[in-house]
Amino acid sequence: MNSNDTLIPFVAVVTDIRVDTADIKTFRVHSLDGDKPLKHIPGQCAMLSIPGVGEAMFSITSSPTNEDFIEFSIKKCGCLTEWLHRIEVGQQICIRGPYGNGFPVEGALKGKDLLFIAGGIGLAPLRSVINYCRHFRSNYGIIDVVYGARSKDDFVDYEEIENEWKKEDGMKVHLTIDRPQENWDGHVGFVPAFVKELGFDTTKTVILCGPPIMIKLTLEELIKLGFENTQIFTTLEMRMKCGVGKCGRCNVGNKYVCKDGPVFSFDQLDELPDEY
Amino acid sequence: MTYKLNGIQLNEFFARVASDKKLYLPVDTENGARFEEWTEGKTLSSKLNTVRSAKDFFFPQVQGIVDFKLEGKNIEVIDRREEVKDFVVFGVRACDAAAFAVLDRVFLSEHVDSFYAEKRNAATVITLACSNPEETCFCSSFGIDASAPGGDVEARLVEDALYLSPLTEKGEAFVESIKDLLVSADDAVVEADKALIKAKIAKLPLASLKPADLRDKQLETFESEAWAELSQSCLGCGSCTFVCPTCQCYDIRDFDTGHEVKRFRCWDSCMYSDFTLMAAENPRHTQPERFRQRFMHKLVYFPMNNDGVYGCVGCGRCLKKCPVSLNIVKVMKRIGGVKNEQ
Repeated sequence: MNSNDTLIPFVAVVTDIRVDTADIKTFRVHSLDGDKPLKHIPGQCAMLSIPGVGEAMFSITSSPTNEDFIEFSIKKCGCLTEWLHRIEVGQQICIRGPYGNGFPVEGALKGKDLLFIAGGIGLAPLRSVINYCRHFRSNYGIIDVVYGARSKDDFVDYEEIENEWKKEDGMKVHLTIDRPQENWDGHVGFVPAFVKELGFDTTKTVILCGPPIMIKLTLEELIKLGFENTQIFTTLEMRMKCGVGKCGRCNVGNKYVCKDGPVFSFDQLDELPDEY
Repeated sequence: MTYKLNGIQLNEFFARVASDKKLYLPVDTENGARFEEWTEGKTLSSKLNTVRSAKDFFFPQVQGIVDFKLEGKNIEVIDRREEVKDFVVFGVRACDAAAFAVLDRVFLSEHVDSFYAEKRNAATVITLACSNPEETCFCSSFGIDASAPGGDVEARLVEDALYLSPLTEKGEAFVESIKDLLVSADDAVVEADKALIKAKIAKLPLASLKPADLRDKQLETFESEAWAELSQSCLGCGSCTFVCPTCQCYDIRDFDTGHEVKRFRCWDSCMYSDFTLMAAENPRHTQPERFRQRFMHKLVYFPMNNDGVYGCVGCGRCLKKCPVSLNIVKVMKRIGGVKNEQ
């Protein structure tokens, strides 16, 4: 019987592995016949699995405007991700999706000045949006990116940031690291304080992603600067099994993060129990 | 239209149904009543309800999804799924039948779960009116009528005679297939039986329990101080979720046989500490938070998303099975339900 169920994955292949940092690698994935395995919108996720090891949801890091392949930047932090960090190019993996709502790139973000704020691996889901906005540059206003990492060696795809983002017209990149380090003449300090210091114009639409504590403190600073919670978007991380709002794991209030999210504006989150 | 068996015994009726399709019905075992496939010699349980709910027919405890073969860097997906053959379930009570409608809202909504759907399509559900409801019953709290339990065919036993009323196309087809065993019945008998059952239900201790409409009070209810107290003795054993006819949370796991990997889904419980555990953190660290999630989902979140339909059908199984006597009735009374007037 040829089943057609969203829980049944298909096989794709890892065609490139980039070592970004000591614990983050970016995996390029093609379909078995060399095409793009699935079509997505920025901020959507896909379920990756290695049979016998596990299955988990990852945000798709590459922009939908990339016609050839999709990429996932993955931090080593559990069973499946440790396994993934050991694989070599040519390894086949199982994939299903895409899942979730994605960022409103054709809605609330369109025509706006955008402020992306990311901490650590939190840049992974934002890179998809940032590169989408760069591709359709005239549809968006000024783009600011504030990106914090533990050290200068912990930025994901530092080359793209230096060689492309920093040279893009109307785009400013503000990097910061947690502690002073040799050969680093950039900003030192945590993201929330850096955002306060930079003091952005409150007409910007904000896209925020990072560790929960960074999100919480940055949000406080943004509100103090005069931003409304309706102009700030984030993407949530919860444990997921099905990806389609049925297995119950990512249920927060009357929402399922996998299908109603993972992207929410903070006024939407204000209506939900604080359990994410 | 209502029919009744033309003087034959129940077991003759079962034998006839089972000659065509697999027939499942509640039978008595040393561990209480449970649904089993009917074979010669098995008789219908006289118990009001089965220990486990009837959800197993459509959402079994373990469901194979797909198999994989791994060789070097290569993976092969092997789909061994077989077509589900039509089957008949007899003796489903009103609560469990209403629970199917709750599960339908989950599994048959967008991104239809084909594993559930194919079983649901294959089944003819024959319900059985509750002649003797028990003290733990409170289906009427959720507007469920145990005298008219629904399903494809509604059955009732009145003075040992079986009455059948088809309600759906599937039900009509079922009745048609055994027409030679049936005679037309007097509707007055059915009406009298319904009235009798309703009178019994009205006298049950939980008859006056009504859930509050908390759809506009999500945050207020979530923040209620009652949860800490209500959940104090919860062991997190998950018994309530496993016997619950509407609990549908599941896990997806892989089993490595040594030759290949079998991916399956199995029941899970939001009461378990690892349910939301991620590599980096866990949004529900404590048992009171997990306890709250289960009841908020049934009494607040589910109705919010489903036109006011509650995620509880008042079957009473959790009242009987909780080792520390916690249950949804206690929760309903504390978070806005009408107090039991007893």
